[in-house]
Amino acid sequence: MVENFEPNIVVFACNWCSYAGMDLAGTSRIQYPHNLKVIRVMCSGRINPVYILEAFANGADGVLVTGCHPGDCHYISGNYKTRKRIILLERLLEQFGIEKERLRLEWVSASEGEKFANIAKEFVEQIRKLGPNHIAKELRKEVAVV
Amino acid sequence: MNKPRLAIIPGANCAGCDYSLLDLGEKVIEVLMAVDIAYWPTAADLKLEDLEKLPDGSIDLVLFEGAVNNDETEEMAKLARRKAKNLIAFGACACFGGIPGLANVASKDGILRKAYIKSLSTVNQQGTIPCKLTRLDGIELTIPEFLESVKSLDQVVNVDYYLPGCPPPLKLVAEALTAALSGKLPPKGTVFGSMKSVCDDCKRIREDKKITEIKRYHQLIPDPERCLFEQGIICMGPATRGGCDAVCPTVNVPCRGCMGPTPGSQDQGARMLSALSSVIGLEVETGVSDEEVRKLILQVKDPLGTFYRYSLPKSIMRRVWGVRE
Repeated sequence: MVENFEPNIVVFACNWCSYAGMDLAGTSRIQYPHNLKVIRVMCSGRINPVYILEAFANGADGVLVTGCHPGDCHYISGNYKTRKRIILLERLLEQFGIEKERLRLEWVSASEGEKFANIAKEFVEQIRKLGPNHIAKELRKEVAVV
Repeated sequence: MNKPRLAIIPGANCAGCDYSLLDLGEKVIEVLMAVDIAYWPTAADLKLEDLEKLPDGSIDLVLFEGAVNNDETEEMAKLARRKAKNLIAFGACACFGGIPGLANVASKDGILRKAYIKSLSTVNQQGTIPCKLTRLDGIELTIPEFLESVKSLDQVVNVDYYLPGCPPPLKLVAEALTAALSGKLPPKGTVFGSMKSVCDDCKRIREDKKITEIKRYHQLIPDPERCLFEQGIICMGPATRGGCDAVCPTVNVPCRGCMGPTPGSQDQGARMLSALSSVIGLEVETGVSDEEVRKLILQVKDPLGTFYRYSLPKSIMRRVWGVRE
């Protein structure tokens, strides 16, 4: 474990449930770690796997994807697609040499502010244990001189 | 000499791209009559010195074939750039790294050890591995040395045009050569190919069905009319640039992705991962447990090898990281 390592975490949050859940955590004054960089998207199904790969390639230590609970998707089936994508993406990340624990999918509804705060704490701790993601640095070295 | 100069310079290639030129048939004679060949080791008896002697920027059209995988091909790529007025990355390997790019799943040392020591058919008791420089009886011998990672041409030098495919489709080769010879080349950076996916060229019938089982190609004789993907065979069509007239699906063979990512998408594998996740599944997934979904989707055994077959070096991750073997 690296001393003083502060994980850099990207969170994708769906507009209808999870972002509102995070908002609730804030308005309820529930503390959660500051390591999260939240990106709001209209639906978890809108999260292109490219975004997640790009996040890791650009130095994210962890990526947390949040969406509506199964059955609750504002667009009916977006989160079902996400669920499948994330499972396959975890497999792909492992093949690329990135620990699959760095990617996590969680369902957070608009009323689950506390749940979100707990997930955030837990995930940040998990990434802290895993240590920094070295790939971004090595990738930058690889990038040609063109 | 008023004829335009043409050079075909090989990198890490298999010469399959040369065959696609020969596939032009009688037209190839027209092409050869219309140009002055400056270098083409597969077909013309010109030496590297002949190419080096030419002034920089004096070759109107250079087709670079193959990936860049060692210091020799890297040198050739730089030479191609220096001599070329217009440089075309010719074929999937030059465009995206191609099949040689799959070497990026392993390390340089791992590949050499596997090939020269560990493979079952090899007897190499001293454990000799090729190295850059060998001294023997006062003579110094050098051979090209592997790069740490295989690269596409545009990761080494600036590239003017891309002509993907393995091998490049005849129609596109003709289009590119005609454009170049008539001086009507499109804006730099153009990829010769369609602006749509292979599925748009494909005549098969798509019923928007979900699949629950992924089948290997040898496990069934596919229905010649219906979409291969919807019959359970992984077909890279949705994630692959068209322009090849979907030749493979037309003859019942799934697309393998040699035309590279669809326009506007950076990463062929990520695109395919999305497409696959939409096609595989149950009609209604409400109440289906995570475990069941996991079983369903993890029927894809090797997403990296399947989705990035031709484009690993050009993908966002570029290679597998932290490999020891």
